[in-house]
Amino acid sequence: MMPWDRNQIAARAAKELQDGYYVNLGIGIPTLVANNIPDGMTVTLQSENGMLGIGPFPYEDEVDADLINAGKQTISALPSSTFFSSADSFAMIRGGHIDLTILGALEVSEEGDLANWMIPGKMIKGMGGAMDLVAGVKQVIVTMDHVSKDGSPKIRKQCGLPLTGKSVVDMVITDLCVLQRPSAGELFRLTELADGVTLDEILAKTEADIVTG
Amino acid sequence: MKPVYENAQQALADIIHDDMTLMVGGFGLCGIPEALIDALETLGAKGLTCISNNAGIDGVGLGKLLRTRQIKKMISSYVGENKEFERQYLAGELELEFNPQGTLAERCRAGGAGIPAFFTKTGVGTIIAEGKPTEVFEGQTYVMERWLRADVSLIKGWKVDEAGNLLFRKTARNFNQPMATAGDICVVEVEEVVATGTFDPDQVHLPGIFVDRIVLNPDPEKRIEFRTTRSRENG
Repeated sequence: MMPWDRNQIAARAAKELQDGYYVNLGIGIPTLVANNIPDGMTVTLQSENGMLGIGPFPYEDEVDADLINAGKQTISALPSSTFFSSADSFAMIRGGHIDLTILGALEVSEEGDLANWMIPGKMIKGMGGAMDLVAGVKQVIVTMDHVSKDGSPKIRKQCGLPLTGKSVVDMVITDLCVLQRPSAGELFRLTELADGVTLDEILAKTEADIVTG
Repeated sequence: MKPVYENAQQALADIIHDDMTLMVGGFGLCGIPEALIDALETLGAKGLTCISNNAGIDGVGLGKLLRTRQIKKMISSYVGENKEFERQYLAGELELEFNPQGTLAERCRAGGAGIPAFFTKTGVGTIIAEGKPTEVFEGQTYVMERWLRADVSLIKGWKVDEAGNLLFRKTARNFNQPMATAGDICVVEVEEVVATGTFDPDQVHLPGIFVDRIVLNPDPEKRIEFRTTRSRENG
């Protein structure tokens, strides 16, 4: 069995990009998608702290404390970049102007609910922009490991953790497979398996009902 | 002409008191009003409610006022990377109201624009919407969120002219722009004060009508949270 590694998950997610897309990438595996944008394709990355057109990390002598991404990392600007306020940034997000967001998850439910911001009693960091992104962006892709560190399923009948959004996830890309939800009210369909991964393994590691045919 | 203060304490001394509500601009440590936060620490007002996207990190930004126990309540979207915050919150010493980041920005914008409430899809079906009115518009459910206003907003700008017209710099604009409109008194900390007429009116980010007091801090520290770079060899 050869599950996909983080870069392979990101490369698979990058296949969903289209020329001219405006995209918001979360922290972790989603950030790696930026390294996999096909040559010749124009994809504009949005950073919810107030920037369109995220450039690469700066050279050491070009580091600017006033130029960071939403992960608070120093970045650079491109000739096409623009800056704006948080209110304008979330008008883009909530107004449906962003084509695609890719983010991580703690749990996804069979109906496309997403939990990724809180573990009661443990993690109290806050949701940041995640609730706005899943509510407002046209297409929501989750990238994550198929099961949690203790081996329990992360794709569940219902989320046990507090939700980030209800019926918001369109596609899940894990280290084992790709699941797509054609529309609200439908179950996820298994559309791809990582090399060497079997259907039986997916079914054993997935609590949610999914369509496999 | 807006009053220009060389000293942040002087700019705040007669308007800061215990138990007041403040808006503090910035995203992480980017675009925070450093001199104004330092002045709050020196002035020592307690029981503060701070509306700010983040709570600084340990001992930096609003983390300074957490250390001195001057903050009673935070209204924020993300408070990670802050051990003292976590300790005070888990010990029940600090109140916390989480807002989705876009809801927080829009609540500030609404406060400044005189709009007492608005409807949004963000948070519908989550604990954020519990106890709040919902309404269906064109087949979709939206939750009502209320405006935010503050007694004083503390804002970080880049350059301001003597009429208060202000420019922000790069991603340091963030929450500073909407928060500047939503405080009864708006104090801006800037790196440079220039003569009125210097800016092209088409390029002003925040018209001077929103600015009440100016504090000059030509050399802020601008701490970087995560310094990420590439090398020239690897392109």
